[in-house]
Amino acid sequence: MNITGAQALIKALEQQGTEVIFGYPGGAILPVYDPIIDSSIRHVLVRHEQGAGHMAEGYAQATGRPGVAMVTSGPGATNIVTPIANAYMDSIPLVVITGQVPTAAIGTDAFQECDITGITMGITKHNWLIKDAKDIPDVIAEAFYVATTGRPGPVLVDVPKDVTQSMVEWHDCPTPDQLDLPGYHPVLEGDPEAIAAAARLLADAERPVLYVGGGVIKARAIEALAELVRVSGAPVVTTLMARGALPDSHPQNLGMPGMHGNYTAVTAMQQADLLVSLGARFDDRVTGRLDAFAPRAAIVHVDIDAAEIGKVRKADVGIVGDARHVIEALSAASAGLPRADLAAWWATLNDWRERYPMIYEPASDGGMLKPQAIIEKLNEMSPDDTIVVSGVGQHQMWAAHHWNYEHPYTWINSGGAGTMGYAVPAAIGAKAGQPGRTVWAIDGDGCFQMTAQELVTARSEGIPIKVAILNNSYLGMVRQWQEMFYEERYSEVYLSQDLPNYVMWAEAMGCVGIRVDRAEDVEAAIEKANAINDRPVVIDFRTDAAEKVFPMVAAGASNDDIMVHPIQQAGA
Amino acid sequence: MPEPFSGTTTHSPITHHILSVLVENKAGVLARVAGLFSRRAFNIYSLAVAPADAHERFSRITIVVDAESAPLEQVVGQLNKLINVVEIRDLGSNEALERELLLATVHVAHDERDHLLESVADAGASVVDVSDEAVTLTLSGTPTALNAFEAMLAQGYPSREVQRTGRVALPRLNHSATQA
Repeated sequence: MNITGAQALIKALEQQGTEVIFGYPGGAILPVYDPIIDSSIRHVLVRHEQGAGHMAEGYAQATGRPGVAMVTSGPGATNIVTPIANAYMDSIPLVVITGQVPTAAIGTDAFQECDITGITMGITKHNWLIKDAKDIPDVIAEAFYVATTGRPGPVLVDVPKDVTQSMVEWHDCPTPDQLDLPGYHPVLEGDPEAIAAAARLLADAERPVLYVGGGVIKARAIEALAELVRVSGAPVVTTLMARGALPDSHPQNLGMPGMHGNYTAVTAMQQADLLVSLGARFDDRVTGRLDAFAPRAAIVHVDIDAAEIGKVRKADVGIVGDARHVIEALSAASAGLPRADLAAWWATLNDWRERYPMIYEPASDGGMLKPQAIIEKLNEMSPDDTIVVSGVGQHQMWAAHHWNYEHPYTWINSGGAGTMGYAVPAAIGAKAGQPGRTVWAIDGDGCFQMTAQELVTARSEGIPIKVAILNNSYLGMVRQWQEMFYEERYSEVYLSQDLPNYVMWAEAMGCVGIRVDRAEDVEAAIEKANAINDRPVVIDFRTDAAEKVFPMVAAGASNDDIMVHPIQQAGA
Repeated sequence: MPEPFSGTTTHSPITHHILSVLVENKAGVLARVAGLFSRRAFNIYSLAVAPADAHERFSRITIVVDAESAPLEQVVGQLNKLINVVEIRDLGSNEALERELLLATVHVAHDERDHLLESVADAGASVVDVSDEAVTLTLSGTPTALNAFEAMLAQGYPSREVQRTGRVALPRLNHSATQA
């Protein structure tokens, strides 16, 4: 059967199970947009290519399936570079298709030409330039396989216009075992000897901590983790990328570690005699000053990416493997081993938890709204399986702490890259993948202004997300640093009290817009928003700009020098 | 011109490593490999690439890099992650058998060549081309031998053009049984 390269591309995407493409057409990708009309695949027409990328990421994080985005050459392709970098940092499976100028024009500075495979070389797991339409099914199969196996990540397939216009005899996509990838062999099972050694260390440790990262979420290792937590009796910290991997209500969950981690999670790692890192990567935002991080801890490092073992912190036992397989094996190897008594460690931890809970100063009567209180109220009033999506900054840290995550895959944010403007498009992608679930984007006013136009996409495509803007009229996190470390010299962080008018903006985009200034109106606004399911809702919560994120470890400082909330400092 | 490696120097903590990288012989592979070094501002000292099998499905890239061991280990880890990289060997300078090829065109008149030809014979080099104004010489051998030959040429023959291939390397054989 002879078909066009464009038809082959869409057919290959269908064979790989693609349900939805987030995309934006243009000259070089034009041929591929024709067969989309006849395809079973839903196409979501975004308003900016960055939105397509973040939507695909949100979709992938909410569903566990690869996100697919398609854009044209040149500026279309460069506009999706930020989402690709974001997906690379957070190990999100993403397949990005870019149009390219015709093969003969490549390298001639043709209209809308750019070297997108060169540009994305360092931020993709792999990328391909297809030069012959007969390679399309094979490359697309490879692309999905590489994106979703091993350590997941973004891949990019660049397709010149003459390739999609040419005729080709169709052949089915090869199955994974038929792929010709001699240099790619993801490891699933860990080395049994190393696992046995890790189990002994864990059994003997008197102050162990299970350091759970995003890899546990990616590996769908939730049940395996729960069993290891039960068998070991050890405390658990869940990183920013792993919130929800263990329910926050679980008594062994200490919460989030790191620069803005809670006191007990941070200090438990500092005082530990053993850290068992499961799909985490000793990120600088977790370790603080590296040579002062967990100085007495032996390290067991489990990661599917061999290059992570020992990259930052030397591992005493390194185990390369899939988190679910290794955690299951570790539980099995741990069963029956005589265990050290953890009673003294738990007494210490529980004492810290009692003395240093996550707190904030409640609003005074008639005072400004407290962002933390709004998140707690949203949490209380929304369904148990609500998906929370955030941007980057203060609101992100508050959303990570003050929402109780009881389920995996309900917390979506930009961790490694710290991409402002992530929340709105990622929430749209999450809702497209999980249409039956409530999706709340908890955003800052700075972030919202970066990508808000995608609410037009949400309304036109019938993807009714809800957005809570914690609007303090400032770039809050930068303001916090300027207050604390630059002698309150506020430089270029004030946005505006009046601009934009968020309610009018929301309504102009076909959403319901609500503004809340007073504490007594918070509940009614959330109730109204939760009741609207036919269009997106935006609530502009006017919050207290003086509010800062605590605890905090200053950049470059040791985690021992954690600053708790001023109220707790006074009481300490 | 950078100072050439002597072939055995290890000045702590900087040391030279030879990475022997087997890759799929595909467009863009060299850029992917080189990109991991340039990202960290590691200078690639020499680089040699050639097909590694009769079907030219794979190529062998031999990279000599001057870098501290710890960050280099990370680069090797990341090289391993490249989909087109099949195998990597990190050969320390003591465990590698290294060879390199040199071509040199030396401008020297007919009647002044005796001394040069004597040195060429001594070094085990040979003459591959001759004209009235110049001779072209070749020498293959260890980087040390090539360095010495280049130094000799530099001393006596100001007008010359020298090109070296960059080194290729294989691990030394295990001599424990048949120590020479």
